[in-house]
Amino acid sequence: MSADVQQLAARLSKAVAERTAIDPLTDEVPDLDLETGYAVQRVLRDQAGPLAGWKLGVTSRAKQAQVGVSAPVCGFLPAAAALDLGEPLSVSPLIQPRAEPEIVFVLGRDLAGAHCTAVDVLSATAGLAVGIEVLDSRFRDYRFTMADVVADNTSAARYLVGTPVPPAGIDARLVGVVLEKNGELVATASGAASLGHPAAAVAWLVRRLALSGEGLRAGEVVLSGGLTAATPVVAGDVVTVSIDRLGTVEMAISS
Amino acid sequence: MPVSDSLDAPGKARALYEARRTRIPIAPFTDADPSLGMAEGYAIQRELLPLLLADGDRVVGYKVGLTSTAMQRMVGVDSPDHGPVLASTIYRDGDALPLDRFIAPKVEAEIVFVMGERLLGPGVGPTDAARAVAGAAASMEIVDSRIADWRIKLADTVADLASNGAVAVSSRVVPLEGLDTRLIGMTLTRNGELIDTGAGAAALGDPLAVIAWLANVLGEHGVALEPEHLVMTGALHAAVPLAAGEVYRAEFDRLGPVSVRVTAGAGVAA
Repeated sequence: MSADVQQLAARLSKAVAERTAIDPLTDEVPDLDLETGYAVQRVLRDQAGPLAGWKLGVTSRAKQAQVGVSAPVCGFLPAAAALDLGEPLSVSPLIQPRAEPEIVFVLGRDLAGAHCTAVDVLSATAGLAVGIEVLDSRFRDYRFTMADVVADNTSAARYLVGTPVPPAGIDARLVGVVLEKNGELVATASGAASLGHPAAAVAWLVRRLALSGEGLRAGEVVLSGGLTAATPVVAGDVVTVSIDRLGTVEMAISS
Repeated sequence: MPVSDSLDAPGKARALYEARRTRIPIAPFTDADPSLGMAEGYAIQRELLPLLLADGDRVVGYKVGLTSTAMQRMVGVDSPDHGPVLASTIYRDGDALPLDRFIAPKVEAEIVFVMGERLLGPGVGPTDAARAVAGAAASMEIVDSRIADWRIKLADTVADLASNGAVAVSSRVVPLEGLDTRLIGMTLTRNGELIDTGAGAAALGDPLAVIAWLANVLGEHGVALEPEHLVMTGALHAAVPLAAGEVYRAEFDRLGPVSVRVTAGAGVAA
């Protein structure tokens, strides 16, 4: 089994290196389950260099209903995948990039435990920030099962985090979210779009990490789940995300 | 735009009036005459309103609909539409909403503005609109169609008071100072379960732009927005059909919540 996991991870790494979409792993391994998906992701994480944090996926009830699950999934954020403020997103290394708005948690202290709740998350949070996640499924046309997408590190590719603000007095559930592309409105939402409350999504992550004896560390960032459907991006686009009380980030897309 | 002589706006207005009274919907006007457009719709609306006012009702504000590009695309227009809001259709936070007053009601969470000053177009911009507004409040519009099965084209919905059914408005009116109305977040729950989310920008890019648009359009007919008028600025999400026994709660950042309980209606304990 472990040989399989290594081989499946290698297939995903090759797709990234060659910038070529592949068929879902489950086309060939129909009984690939969620935990094996996480085992593949773990192999990729061990090869990814320093870790900057984590991300949630499948956090909207609508999306969960659509794929027939009742829980989100998580992935890791390599430090090397971070874009800096003002830095354009270069799409030439990517396959089929899409951008989505996120509320980003910046941890002020370590946080672990199998019984973590949203309240624990909020008390451990040093800052909240507006963010943009760039997804890039390695599977053709974003066609995948839950096990596939977990193996593929939940389609994570790049991410941009705005300037964090202190979380006191901010109800992350109610803040308004506006996604624009090239100056035109694409979608709106409020924070509740991620699992009813973004801090509840982060708490789920902490409980999930506790299964493998892991946790969040001070200074790590957590992308708490896409708040609208992801919008495809091409060179020349500009993506803007505004979140009430957190601010605005803008990302130019270059070739 | 000239309105055709063969329109018979009074007759069509009477048909809508009867449909409102009996709760028996009618066939779309555009079935018989597909050429009917926005001008004909407003001509019928102008005939319908006096019939309703003659029953003792009065205009307490306006609703603006088709404020999202998705909705505009669906009916094939590039502008919103509007209709009057009548005193008899106002509900307060927590009220029971009797289903038997409607035909095929759906709920939409919206930001409502309460006017503080008279505002008369043309030439009104969002800054003028902001100055004339006393404040914003949480609201839900109950949209309803007197046209069978919501099979509406633009002229049908415009004639039918822009498909307005009722509005539920929180009595907490919040001044706009320091508020970015584009970014006011909203969550809509049904029986405590999250249905949808949105933000102010979903209404024409900014709910204040809705006020400016409305003032300028009404101004073409010399009609002004008056102090204390309500302006419903358009849905921040897709409309949700109602059923008896449901409780809907729309909560807005900075404005607070508004809720309604849907009941079967007459003879049934609310």
